[in-house]
Amino acid sequence: MSLRAPRAALAALLFALTGVAPAPAPVDLARVLAADPAPALADYRLFTDAGARTPNTGLTPYALATPLFSDYADKARLVFVPPGTAATYTATGVLEFPVGTVLVKTFAYGARKLETRLLIRKADGWVPNTYVWNDAQDAATLKRTGARIAVSWQGRTIDYAVPNANQCKQCHLSGDAVTPIGPRARNLNVAFAYAGGRENQLAHWTRTGVLRGSPAPAQVTRTPVWDDARESLDGRARAYLDVNCAHCHSRKGFASNSGLYLDLEETDPAALGVGKRPVAAGRGSGGHQFAIAPGDAAASILVHRMASTEPGVMMPQFGRTVPHAEGVALIRDWIAKLPPG
Amino acid sequence: MRIILSCILLAAPASARTITIAAGDAAQERLQGALVDAKPGDIVALGAGRFVLTDGLSLDVDDVTVRGAGADKTVLSFDGQKGEGEGLLVTSDRVTLKDFAVENARGNGIKSKGSDGISFVSLRVEWTGGPKETNGAYGVYPVSSSDVLIDRVTVRGASDAGIYVGQSKNIVVKNSRAEFNVAGIEIENSYNADVFDNVATRNTGGILVFDLPGLPQMGGHSIRVFRNEVVTNDTPNFAAKGNIVAQVPTGTGIMVMANRNVHVFDNRLDGNGGTAVMLVAYRAAFTDATYNPLPREVVVRDNRYGRNGFAPAFEGGAQLAAAVGGTLPNAMWDGVTGYTVPGGAPVTGAAAPVVADTPTLTLGLLTQGTPVSAAKPGIAPPSAKGAVKEPAAVVLPPAQFKRAAG
Repeated sequence: MSLRAPRAALAALLFALTGVAPAPAPVDLARVLAADPAPALADYRLFTDAGARTPNTGLTPYALATPLFSDYADKARLVFVPPGTAATYTATGVLEFPVGTVLVKTFAYGARKLETRLLIRKADGWVPNTYVWNDAQDAATLKRTGARIAVSWQGRTIDYAVPNANQCKQCHLSGDAVTPIGPRARNLNVAFAYAGGRENQLAHWTRTGVLRGSPAPAQVTRTPVWDDARESLDGRARAYLDVNCAHCHSRKGFASNSGLYLDLEETDPAALGVGKRPVAAGRGSGGHQFAIAPGDAAASILVHRMASTEPGVMMPQFGRTVPHAEGVALIRDWIAKLPPG
Repeated sequence: MRIILSCILLAAPASARTITIAAGDAAQERLQGALVDAKPGDIVALGAGRFVLTDGLSLDVDDVTVRGAGADKTVLSFDGQKGEGEGLLVTSDRVTLKDFAVENARGNGIKSKGSDGISFVSLRVEWTGGPKETNGAYGVYPVSSSDVLIDRVTVRGASDAGIYVGQSKNIVVKNSRAEFNVAGIEIENSYNADVFDNVATRNTGGILVFDLPGLPQMGGHSIRVFRNEVVTNDTPNFAAKGNIVAQVPTGTGIMVMANRNVHVFDNRLDGNGGTAVMLVAYRAAFTDATYNPLPREVVVRDNRYGRNGFAPAFEGGAQLAAAVGGTLPNAMWDGVTGYTVPGGAPVTGAAAPVVADTPTLTLGLLTQGTPVSAAKPGIAPPSAKGAVKEPAAVVLPPAQFKRAAG
């Protein structure tokens, strides 16, 4: 038997000899850390099956209190940290993840997977890439130029856009560095339905060694759940804007030059858009004077651009092709109830 | 495969390649693929013909040149653009864009953000249906960048500014042509800009130098606007309301709003029915205590004036013109010399601009935010040239000119 025999062949042989299925090979850390992205998603061995239904050992599913809207696609998220390492808690911003971390996000409509995006923490920073699923749903291959995929889903026709490599960076850039957006302590500080039962994610990550240094969840700030009516309207609206806009609209983001900063930590009403005149909106202004006209949603540029699907007007500029009716309704409601200046 | 790789022996990195992309099927994927896969030093050479694009394009690799076969031969057509806020977006440093056209982008034509050393050379950016509110905002749009060169660029039809440079430093705009835009050329919240040997015609306003509050870079200064042909700017304002340029009166030649140390000289201004040279404070309320809304250290000298001021389109303009004999003087100053720092004290008594080459209609508004209806108009004779020191010529890195010429 050659030492170069593929691992699968070895496994088959072992299975034939013993009748016991061996443990699947672990995540290929060398592949994860290689300079160039793997041509196929399967190369990383993040999953033990070709259809990516079964995550490999060391991957933990997670969800966000308030997620980015992506054309109503379902998103399944997983985090992998190399054995023996852990993420470090930070009170604000994204958790500090160790080299070798992989954040995995699969976009799907029902059973149909469209793409799986990876953010990999290499020695010199985060690298984004995406893998597009084939029609047979048993292989996903690297796609760096973007793509359009026509989808019919729950009565909607969606011209789903897979981002190109530059678009990945555009959203994930903070200053000069690519960074994750979702996994900050406050946005993870909700319960998740694990196979073993419901548990707060920060508690679970701490208990399973994925995270170090986290205070008890009750001591950690929490991003409000945007669609939970029990939360305050202000909290829900600010959470929604934070997650859907602030990756660009922050002082270090792609839209830093706009002067409109929508992150949850922002406190200056003018920077948040209240009474703020457009700078470079062009026809995106829709003829309105202010980003947010308190008490008057219909006169607020923010609502106009969120409700649009026209390139050059719509916000975000990409990542959606249909309006998020529920999100627009939330922001409308919030602005309508802001006391007029 | 239409991508042909060939070695360039003289280019700086030994491995620099020319990646040739022809027009034709699947242009989006092939061209975007080349822009993603390019390495520093590479030239992406676009063939002659029409590239039919379905989405915005983007480049994020330093030291890349994207070169076409000519602004009338290589056309990137965005008529069918489905997404993104601009036709082409550049986010890397020392990029040269040369010899191609961008048509009918749904948002801005070409935007570059944080792209130091960017050069726009011999380009055409156009909305081919003429001036329309539904056209994209900016034609070429470098922002938050240092060392910006715009040379031999033509922009037509932008619903905001044809050539717009925002929040940047060290800027040269020359030999370019802006027509049928709301603003022809606009320098906004920028430091050290030379705008010369350009033609701005048939816009709403020819050349604007603005400074706006509430932005990361404010306090625009050290701008020279000279040797430009600013003629027959007469297109009715078609900007979307809410934008600052929607307030630019039709028929404005050169307009300075806020800023410090701005020199306007040796231009030819003719056929601008509003005001040939307009010097004003930012008018709206603002909350930023570090912002100064007044134009300071402004010098207007040695310009050649033809017939201007015959059709003032701003509030009260017709009455003002009638009061002074039917035609407005070539220059207008709002007379604002004071403002109140938000949360702070009033500032008063700022010096008047130096307008040495023509009489000036002064509105006597005195305090920032005073409505034009409260104007106390008068005409001031040409002033002495004064002693406002002119900024030195903008010098770009020699290597940038080399790249732009290559």
